[in-house]
Amino acid sequence: MKRYSALELIRQGLGGHRGWDRVWRKPEPKPSYDAVIIGGGGHGLATAYYLAKLHGMTNIAVVEKGWIGGGNSGRNTTIIRSNYLFDESAAIYNHALNLWNGLGQELNFNIMMSHRGVLNLAHDEGEMRQLKRRVEANRLNGVDSEWLDAKEVKNFCPSINISGDIRYPVLGGTLQRSGGVNRHDGVVWGYARAADALGVDILQQTEVTGILTEAGEVTGIETTRGTIRTPKVASVTAGHTSVMASMLDIRLPVESHPLQALVSEPIKPILNCVVMSNAVHVYCSQSDKGELVIGAGIDAQLSYTQRGNLDIIEHQMASLMELFPIFSRLRMMRQWGGIVDVCPDASPIISKTPVKGFYVNGGWGTGGWKATPGSGHVFADLIAKDEPNRIAAPFAIDRFTTGALVAEHGAAAVAH
Amino acid sequence: MFVIDCPNCGARDQSEFTYAGEAHIARPTDSENMTDAEWAEFVFMRTNTKGLFAERWWHATGCRKFFNMLRNTATDEIHAVYRIGEKPPKVTADLPATPAGEASIGSGNDAVKIMTRDEEAAS
Repeated sequence: MKRYSALELIRQGLGGHRGWDRVWRKPEPKPSYDAVIIGGGGHGLATAYYLAKLHGMTNIAVVEKGWIGGGNSGRNTTIIRSNYLFDESAAIYNHALNLWNGLGQELNFNIMMSHRGVLNLAHDEGEMRQLKRRVEANRLNGVDSEWLDAKEVKNFCPSINISGDIRYPVLGGTLQRSGGVNRHDGVVWGYARAADALGVDILQQTEVTGILTEAGEVTGIETTRGTIRTPKVASVTAGHTSVMASMLDIRLPVESHPLQALVSEPIKPILNCVVMSNAVHVYCSQSDKGELVIGAGIDAQLSYTQRGNLDIIEHQMASLMELFPIFSRLRMMRQWGGIVDVCPDASPIISKTPVKGFYVNGGWGTGGWKATPGSGHVFADLIAKDEPNRIAAPFAIDRFTTGALVAEHGAAAVAH
Repeated sequence: MFVIDCPNCGARDQSEFTYAGEAHIARPTDSENMTDAEWAEFVFMRTNTKGLFAERWWHATGCRKFFNMLRNTATDEIHAVYRIGEKPPKVTADLPATPAGEASIGSGNDAVKIMTRDEEAAS
């Protein structure tokens, strides 16, 4: 892998930029691999990278039915934070946050990580109590978190409206200063380039059509480009987790819903942090291009169409106007939907399955992006050792039988 | 936005309705003898079908009655509406050719909808 640097940029510039290598290869599928990861998004590519780098499994492939990063990795609002209430969640999201720090250096790819701070607003007394409790829980878990009153919120984020004459006035909020945003495409490409350099085959436009088993053990996959033999298959397919599991008659507790987002026309810097509001329900940040990136909740119906309904967007725009009347004249440029697989307890599934050699990483619901490096890191560990580590163990499928749910609905700082 | 044909009230906008999840999940009758795994199956496990899917809706701001609907979750096309207690009617739907594929229309997933040679030549 040719290292990217300012010096290399100048050198290539003098040569008319004709000397750059392809960022990753375009290999033909081999007849067999030591492991195959289904899904070339951030989580899947991170899994492949850590499998190759930390566990020495370099004879592996990532199969992707479209192009890498074309699913939810390219459709999220890129928010990074780890201020979850429960110990299990704090452990995995903080693990991810620690890996985000320095990831650009490690991958030698600019992921445009910006620790600009994430504000979670409170609009009533009950919400204030709940958010203050979460600040304390976060601190006990080593997650940086602090309570701001309304004036301190205004000081930190001057464009926000804290006047008392709106329907749900801002009474205060929590701030995680280490939270922020990054560039999702950069992360996908960085992981792909680094994994490819370690020998991982990235097979795009290759759709899995079946999973082969013998005597309850995985032996390979059928794809649109032929059969591939492998003893380990790991599904990291976000909205399609159930579709993959159903190939082995495994039932999962997830439902797939559209989650929409939209961006405004680009404007000069006005919003210096990420603002999230549970009660009026919108979250917003400003990209480096100047566009406001706006998201909110899922569409209620189960769907795989990657499209949602307009009333959801109308509601989140109304919420945005309440918090930021200054944005009222902005025009919206683009709107899209991704398909998220939501678990009943709003926590992910990182797990072995009843079929030996088949592993599932999914159910991240509306909040998977922030976990990307942590998810890939612990999932690679699970695939390599066939046992979950301390961080992954609470997210096994059997929690729906034992009752040991990690119930982050409502506790995770946003409504789902 | 869906226009949903409520069996009692007729065609109304989706915003009048509340989604109520997968249909035809019968409440167990032998609940005192069920294992934890059987409870997990009833309470949590779902089919999450990509394709023809039977689901319940509740006309919250209309007749306030539950009913069933048959919808293609790969295209969002509504194929039938029928009452609680009835079986889903037989319909033909535009389904994806492969389990994780996309139907010919109705999907926003351009990364997967691969153009045919004719379409490529035309574009």
